[in-house]
Amino acid sequence: MKNIIDDATIEYVGILAKLSLTEEEAEQAKTDMGKMLDYIDKLGELDTSNVEPMSHAFKVQNVFREDVVSNGDDRENILKNAPEEKDGMFVVPKTF
Amino acid sequence: MSKQYEMVIGLEVHVELATKTKIFCGCSTAFGGEPNTHTCPVCTGMPGSLPVLNKQVLEYAIAVGLATNCEITRNCKFDRKNYFYPDNPQNYQISQLYLPICRNGHVDIETENGIKSVRIHEIHMEEDAGKLIHDDWYDASLVDYNRSGVPLIEIVSEPDMRSAEEVIAYLETLRNTIQYLGASDCKLNEGSMRADVNLSVREVGSETFGTRTEMKNLNSFHSIMHAIKGESERQIDLLESGESVIQETRRWDDTKECSYAMRSKEDAQDYRYFPDPDLVPISVSDELIESILAKQPEMRLEKKKRYKEEFDIPEYDINIITNSKHLADLFEETVSLGAQPKKVSNWIMGETLKLLKEKEMDPEDISFSASHLADLIKMTDAKEINSTVAKEVFEKIFFEDVDPKAYVEEKGLKTENNEDLLLEVAKRVIEANPQSVTDYKSGKEKAIGFLVGQSMRELKGKADPVAVTEMLKKLMS
Repeated sequence: MKNIIDDATIEYVGILAKLSLTEEEAEQAKTDMGKMLDYIDKLGELDTSNVEPMSHAFKVQNVFREDVVSNGDDRENILKNAPEEKDGMFVVPKTF
Repeated sequence: MSKQYEMVIGLEVHVELATKTKIFCGCSTAFGGEPNTHTCPVCTGMPGSLPVLNKQVLEYAIAVGLATNCEITRNCKFDRKNYFYPDNPQNYQISQLYLPICRNGHVDIETENGIKSVRIHEIHMEEDAGKLIHDDWYDASLVDYNRSGVPLIEIVSEPDMRSAEEVIAYLETLRNTIQYLGASDCKLNEGSMRADVNLSVREVGSETFGTRTEMKNLNSFHSIMHAIKGESERQIDLLESGESVIQETRRWDDTKECSYAMRSKEDAQDYRYFPDPDLVPISVSDELIESILAKQPEMRLEKKKRYKEEFDIPEYDINIITNSKHLADLFEETVSLGAQPKKVSNWIMGETLKLLKEKEMDPEDISFSASHLADLIKMTDAKEINSTVAKEVFEKIFFEDVDPKAYVEEKGLKTENNEDLLLEVAKRVIEANPQSVTDYKSGKEKAIGFLVGQSMRELKGKADPVAVTEMLKKLMS
């Protein structure tokens, strides 16, 4: 494995992803992430000096909608995705 | 204080665009709907949903960019800004980091010290977040996603402002430019225009910048003024006592009139931006720019110039009226219906502004029709009603948009033009007040005021006071 993930990095990535990892899980994640980066590095082996950089996977641009209301009130269905609801709203842990 | 300090201020201004639908889905943007009734899988971030850009958002953003002298980015795209917060159901906000739609612009602002140019670094398009409601009695927060996905543009200035006055002038210029374009109503109190203030202080003459702080939650010109004053004093105090300013985000508390730190250093922001793969790139054609330019309305500076040439009204009035698109539209429409410009301007500058101030309303809240003001002015010109009655009727127009003709008819407020009746009343008043008549005849001109008052009372205020005065004078000569 060429890419070595240190403890500080895995802790930082954990904070960003809002994950609290046990020591074993952190070790496993370090190995997994190192392997992933090694795999991605493989792309670097290809000579791309004559390839134009692209910003998107498809050769499509300018896909627009007209500014017309097409959705009605679908609150009942939308709220089915809420773990809990109150007064027509999603209930989440107290957040400031 | 021995050292002289100056402020260095840059602004991030968010403006909600006046589209009918959200930026990436067909949900309504109407303000004030029941919670979550304007939502769908796209704006609640459901897996598998696909955002599609509202074309009007792009057109408004370009229109604002052109009006603020920006370069338009011909090939632009959207990026994802990643963060976790319950008002953001996707766990990323769709925004533009790498290729914002507009760059390198400027607006000219006017203060007591003259005209100055404030540079605009960029304008980008993005989506608004939902609204968190905190219930003190309930151990949880509630989320309403009606605002999630409402289109915003963020206008980022360069750190070119040096005083609170310049900041206000800059915001007013942006506001009336955007209102003129019809791209937003820009109401600070309703959140359709929001300003974050980046501020640092440095010694006068210094070329380098001090450490800046960012202040959020400023929702009126009043709180912006106070926050700038408070924050610059706080920073100067720190420097004077040998301490240093910490780069942080601070939240302004309007009631306590002070700011406090919002985010600690441990909670550093790392948004891990990357291009949004769900949205295809945008290519802005010459034709699109030309069609937007062709639709660009007359802006404030041109309007001011034209008013000066066309209408015989004071420059002060022109400044006030053109500072609000709503007032300017009201003025022009009333004039086009045949009312005299000078009189229309008087009604706007006088009674309209007075009532707005009394009710703490903005010109944008005016809802009466120009035709009713025009009719009122014509009725006054024709002496069908006197000025006291006119003011009373105007209040009814202002608040209830009544038709002045019907209202005057219904309430019997028409001026009494019947010469015989005026003569009869004047005679009676003269007979009943011999002392005032003697006073008047002995040279006390003011005594006639009392007699006019008595006559107007008998006529229930519905006469032309000038005609009544003439009648009394004639009888007493």
